[in-house]
Amino acid sequence: MGEEYRLTLAGLQALLDALGARGYHILGPRLRDEAIIYDEVTKLADLPAGWTDRQEAGQYRMERRADNALFGYALGPQAWRRFLQPPRHTLWRARRADPAADDFDILPADTAPPKFAFLGVRACELHAISIQDRILRDNAYADASYTARRAEAFFIAVNCGMAGGTCFCASMGTGPTAQTGYDLALTELLDATRHEFLIRAGSARGAALLAILPHTPANEADRAQEAAILADTAQHMGRTLETNGLKERLQANLEDPHWDEIATRCLSCGNCTMVCPTCFCTTLEDHTNLAGTEAVREQRWDSCFTLDFSYIHGDSVRAGIAARYRHWLTHKLANWVDQFGEMGCVGCGRCLTWCPAAIDITAEAAAIGRATHDQEDQHGNA
Amino acid sequence: METLERIVLAHRFFAGFEAELGALVAGCARNLRFTPGQYLFHADEDVNQIYLIRHGVVALEIAPPGRAPVMFATEGEGDILGTSWLVPPYRWRFDARAVGLVRAIGLDAQCLRAKCEADHHLGYEMMKRFLPELSARLDQTRLQMLDVYGTAKP
Amino acid sequence: MKAAPLRPAPYRVRRIKRELHGVTTLELVPAQGAVPAFEPGQFNMLYAFGVGEAAISISGDPAQADCLTHTVREMGAISTALAQAHPGTMLGVRGPFGTAWPTRAAEGLDVVLIAGGLGLAPLRPAILRLLAARPLYGRLILLYGARSPNELLYRHELEHWRQRLDVDIHVTVDYADAGWHGNVGVVPRLIPRLGLDAQNTLAMVCGPEVMMRFCGAALHDAGVAMDRIHLSMERNMKCALGLCGHCQFGADFICKTGAVMRYDQVAQRLRLREI
Repeated sequence: MGEEYRLTLAGLQALLDALGARGYHILGPRLRDEAIIYDEVTKLADLPAGWTDRQEAGQYRMERRADNALFGYALGPQAWRRFLQPPRHTLWRARRADPAADDFDILPADTAPPKFAFLGVRACELHAISIQDRILRDNAYADASYTARRAEAFFIAVNCGMAGGTCFCASMGTGPTAQTGYDLALTELLDATRHEFLIRAGSARGAALLAILPHTPANEADRAQEAAILADTAQHMGRTLETNGLKERLQANLEDPHWDEIATRCLSCGNCTMVCPTCFCTTLEDHTNLAGTEAVREQRWDSCFTLDFSYIHGDSVRAGIAARYRHWLTHKLANWVDQFGEMGCVGCGRCLTWCPAAIDITAEAAAIGRATHDQEDQHGNA
Repeated sequence: METLERIVLAHRFFAGFEAELGALVAGCARNLRFTPGQYLFHADEDVNQIYLIRHGVVALEIAPPGRAPVMFATEGEGDILGTSWLVPPYRWRFDARAVGLVRAIGLDAQCLRAKCEADHHLGYEMMKRFLPELSARLDQTRLQMLDVYGTAKP
Repeated sequence: MKAAPLRPAPYRVRRIKRELHGVTTLELVPAQGAVPAFEPGQFNMLYAFGVGEAAISISGDPAQADCLTHTVREMGAISTALAQAHPGTMLGVRGPFGTAWPTRAAEGLDVVLIAGGLGLAPLRPAILRLLAARPLYGRLILLYGARSPNELLYRHELEHWRQRLDVDIHVTVDYADAGWHGNVGVVPRLIPRLGLDAQNTLAMVCGPEVMMRFCGAALHDAGVAMDRIHLSMERNMKCALGLCGHCQFGADFICKTGAVMRYDQVAQRLRLREI
């Protein structure tokens, strides 16, 4: 971590102005449709001052805070993923002279990547982006669109001043403090006497930008206040997930009857995959114009909860909901480790919050394999 | 007789069979030869013989009325025919046709049943050979039923 | 890492051959440039204008460098559009992708090739390579199972191979009429009768998953080591680059660690439902 400085509210506005002047399209938290969403931000007034979120499995409510904190919420439903890997994206177009023509030409889509600055990125989200980097950028083949958008993006992290009811980043070792992957990191310091930020640079370009902002060196008291805030957040996680031995336990219990029990509650709606910051699955779709002369190939987010996802030879491999939930959970918490060396979960809790059936990944992961263990215990005692 | 016993014991089905038991079985055996197209037996006939195929291929068929006969299995060298020799009412359920020249050993079913009844050790040794054969055929039939190469859903 | 090739290269259909009802073999030549080298067992993504892309195994001779050969069965909209292409039709091609049949590792060993139904198509490049370098291998055995005699793929070629006498070919069908002189019964049943020198045998199996599961078990029962048995797995394929997530089979992406996989790696999963 770089040196800490103090940044005033005016300094934060100066940061937005400087990013704007450098051609960045700044995206940050805004209050819309009774939720925190990420959208264009140019001034501090755009931020959700004085709002917080109350989250539980299957529940999300915006509430008023007693103060005017700008980042006084945990997390909204959207992950930054939608800007780095858009939900729908044209890969190329093909054209032929007439519908009966044998020949066609394939033309590249416009690939100039937008230049985003992300304001208010949580530690778990930074970690999620690093997970997606491994898959979409550092894999055998790199997704060119993701790689370009990712390379251009400027990350302003904001450390969490509160934990949500469904948060468990402390269990996953991904938060609540941003450790790496940011250009600038902020901690909101707010009490009766002041409303300021502690700011540190995490990259050369972050440091260069910080240098031109009005800032003053932070003192011991500032650092102590930040440490107290982050320690308090870490201690108040709404959920915990025991990760020790979890991968092995899940992979050894693929036929646990509990998968079927989950399937009686799971609606297979795919919400969890749409809000998850590490989910990366996409499908390819082809469309033509009515004349049959132009075709377009689109890449679109897909969800392993759809029947189409595993479709092969006229049938779906994962026909039942139990199999689809098992695929999702074991992928996140077990197979991902085999594939990419770490779990595909950062503990953001979005899949709990936005599940219409209030299915809790931490509870389900803990329950799988438990019946087997109990039986073994009984045999041991007999 | 000595030769027949040697031939019986040389058949894959009797691999590892005790020599004394082999003599008992050979007492029920005779040499058989079928010309191409000749039927070994037809459906609904009594199972009076078990066939140990030594050479050639036998096609097992069922002929649905008004349709050409359907071959549902072939048995060749080292195979046996007649797993229902122990199952009353000892009746064939299908036709068996020699595809080419077929040489076989026929074991008289009644003779063998009587010897097994009298000597349960022989009976048990025979069961240990017939049961896996039956079970394997059941497994194969199940796999065949799946119609794995078919494109249509069942 | 390299940039993901998401744009197909234009190819033109040079020749078509109707193999069976709804099954067509296409010979494709590139509109420009050369045909990329491929290994037996690999597949391409074939694109039909506006309809979409499907993963189709390469079924041509790896020694023939002037075209790509694919055998396509009409199953859905994409494969039907591909199979109904005519000479001159342009198609898009991405590939080749995936792992290969272990034709090099098989040198010096007896090789059992087991195909079921259209599974003969992905094995054909391996068969051709083995036959072209026949002295490098011990016994060569081809077991081929199909639904019925009139659903046998590459019939003429099978006859041609049979005439070579240095390869044992056993064809079996699920059912037949009286005109059929071959075997009737399932493929795994033939395995114990082969008299394999199991210590020195390598197997390549391609067919419906259930059939491969039973063949893997029968080969293992016959004493062939699990890591010498190779199967060609199949799952929904979209990008073929390890990026889209569709082809996952447990922790494997079939497009990266498959389609050809070792039996010891997949046996556990073949047993599981809906994996």
